[in-house]
Amino acid sequence: MRTFASEFKARATAKTGDLPHRQFIRTALRGYESARDRRKSAFQSWESARQAAAETKWAAVNHLDEHLVSLTSKLEARGTNVHWASTAAQAREIILQILRDKNARTIIKSKAMTSEEIHLNDALEHAGFSVVESDLGEFIVQLRRETPYHIVFPSMHLRRGEIRELFQRELGDTPSDHPEDLTMVARRIMRQKYITADVGFTGANFAISETGMISITENEGNSRLTSALPKTMITLLGIEKVLPRFADLALFLPMLATAGAGQPMTCYNTMYSGPRQPGEADGPEEWHVVLLDNRRTELLADPEQRDALHCIRCGACLNVCPIFRNVGGHTYGTPYSGPIGSVITPHLRGLQDWKHLSSASSLCGACTEACPVKIDLHHHLLQNRRNAAASKPAIFERLAYKILGLVANEPKFWQLAKKIGWLAQPLQAPVKGTFLDPVKAWTKTRDLPSMPRESFKDWWRNRK
Amino acid sequence: MTERENILGRIHEALQVKAPRPGLHDDAREHTDTEPPAAHAREWLPFVGAGVEDQFALFAKNCAELKADFQRLASRGELKAALVKIRDAEKWQRIASHDGELSNFACQAIGLPTLLTDQGYDVQALEKCDAGITECDALIAQTGGVVVTSRSAGGRALSILPPHHVVIARREQLVSDLPAAFAWLQEKYTPDFPSMISFITGPSRTGDIERILVLGAHGPKKLTILCV
Repeated sequence: MRTFASEFKARATAKTGDLPHRQFIRTALRGYESARDRRKSAFQSWESARQAAAETKWAAVNHLDEHLVSLTSKLEARGTNVHWASTAAQAREIILQILRDKNARTIIKSKAMTSEEIHLNDALEHAGFSVVESDLGEFIVQLRRETPYHIVFPSMHLRRGEIRELFQRELGDTPSDHPEDLTMVARRIMRQKYITADVGFTGANFAISETGMISITENEGNSRLTSALPKTMITLLGIEKVLPRFADLALFLPMLATAGAGQPMTCYNTMYSGPRQPGEADGPEEWHVVLLDNRRTELLADPEQRDALHCIRCGACLNVCPIFRNVGGHTYGTPYSGPIGSVITPHLRGLQDWKHLSSASSLCGACTEACPVKIDLHHHLLQNRRNAAASKPAIFERLAYKILGLVANEPKFWQLAKKIGWLAQPLQAPVKGTFLDPVKAWTKTRDLPSMPRESFKDWWRNRK
Repeated sequence: MTERENILGRIHEALQVKAPRPGLHDDAREHTDTEPPAAHAREWLPFVGAGVEDQFALFAKNCAELKADFQRLASRGELKAALVKIRDAEKWQRIASHDGELSNFACQAIGLPTLLTDQGYDVQALEKCDAGITECDALIAQTGGVVVTSRSAGGRALSILPPHHVVIARREQLVSDLPAAFAWLQEKYTPDFPSMISFITGPSRTGDIERILVLGAHGPKKLTILCV
């Protein structure tokens, strides 16, 4: 039977065997790490900044209802249409309805993980709309009909030659495989799309309760264009994105840039507080902000793991994770991969179906250390394991431990077990790793250490 | 019940149990609601130097790293000369700008057909302009960034659509760091904010192909900041 767990295992096995792929990803992430460390060291105190960011997010999330009321009433006061969606299906329906009302045909999108979460592109294409991703990395994976490999670097798994071939096949336009030439191909195509698209779609990085704004962080300028030119703008916003104050951005913007990409500041950080206002030269006539719950309130109801809602989606935990570096982003089979994905996916999509992700960790804690808002990631993985075992006990595992306890507590049984083990070990060697091997899960990729002729206890008794 | 009430109801119910404050351990420092945790951001963010001259030097260094062209000019005469030099070097044919004391001066100095975005404009025509000339709200020493808004810089598209964005700034517009920039914006615009405020830090860029930096992904390939 194919389950999410067996698919994960199959993909992980294939990817860890792909040595050039692992080398390529590791080189890229090492480059990121050295850039990030350089930027972190420019801070007068990165650790104090982390603590303040964690406390600010804590204050925001623990007063989420008040902040959402303040945010939405301020947005509405300036002519923005606010929609509330409890589920992914509702969010898709709201967005489709706006598109139908506007008689829209073409949509230009800037990068939004929330749209991956609700599988928006599939829904839009299914309903007959034409959607183009404008972020270069997202555009590349859209052409490949793939999901993003990484929440910040969607196309980091591809080499320039592969991208050149892709552009040749899909666009018939490839001067060379130089990154600059390839980028300019996308730029040329996209320019007219911004101008002719009926609707611009964006995600959001932060929402400011105090002033009623959403803030978008990007390097390419695609989101700026998406929210400048089309007549209608739609923004899909996870409800956990709120920050209490406008001034909080002074801390969060450089921290997001540093943790996310090793930059001092991302190229464009833009705050929107409404559609085109009287006296302004341009901008959308209508702006729709769709607030998405999609089981975030269930995570909120777990005070132990509530801090997972502090996440600013910087991707720092993915970049340092030894599991992510070896199995790659697509193996997870979820829009949010890496440690944060392993923590939140069981909450968002079902604990029993996704509990295997809690074991996709070495519990080294590198993720927790990298997190700019101090989410206790590796402990949450342990808590998910505990919760999964409590809600659906593994009977055989329990029985095995019970027997082990019995044997280990009784010296006579222990001696007997040792003797049997010593005698049986030569029989295991010829069948090592095959279906006859009772411990093949362990020995398939490892050697079982051979048992010594004499145990420490025997040696102690027989010494001199 | 509406979905709004449903969601707010679920949040309200979930928050009946409080979550522990993050990672305090032996740190007894408490904050009250009048003093948000981020209020001390200035003490933790990168150091900006003491005086205005230090900050101009830092701004120039940051611009160089970002591959933005920054020029400090002593007079309007020098500003005019700098603009003419860029115009000739890049063989501009037409430019776009907006109404403003400095931007009007700049457009006159350049002396080319000029599209003004203030009173509505044709997007295709703006796309064909060689440069967008705008004023700004602030320059930030700490990041090498420029703050523009939909009100002070001719709308949303002028600073992002043309391939070369030229910012004309006054020297007193330099602020030390990000907290100062946010405080200044809040003081200037509360309660009637422009619908867009953008912190621009260098020309448009991407590293999506093998992490190799390419300028001009979608926005301007060049950013020039002229300060008089």
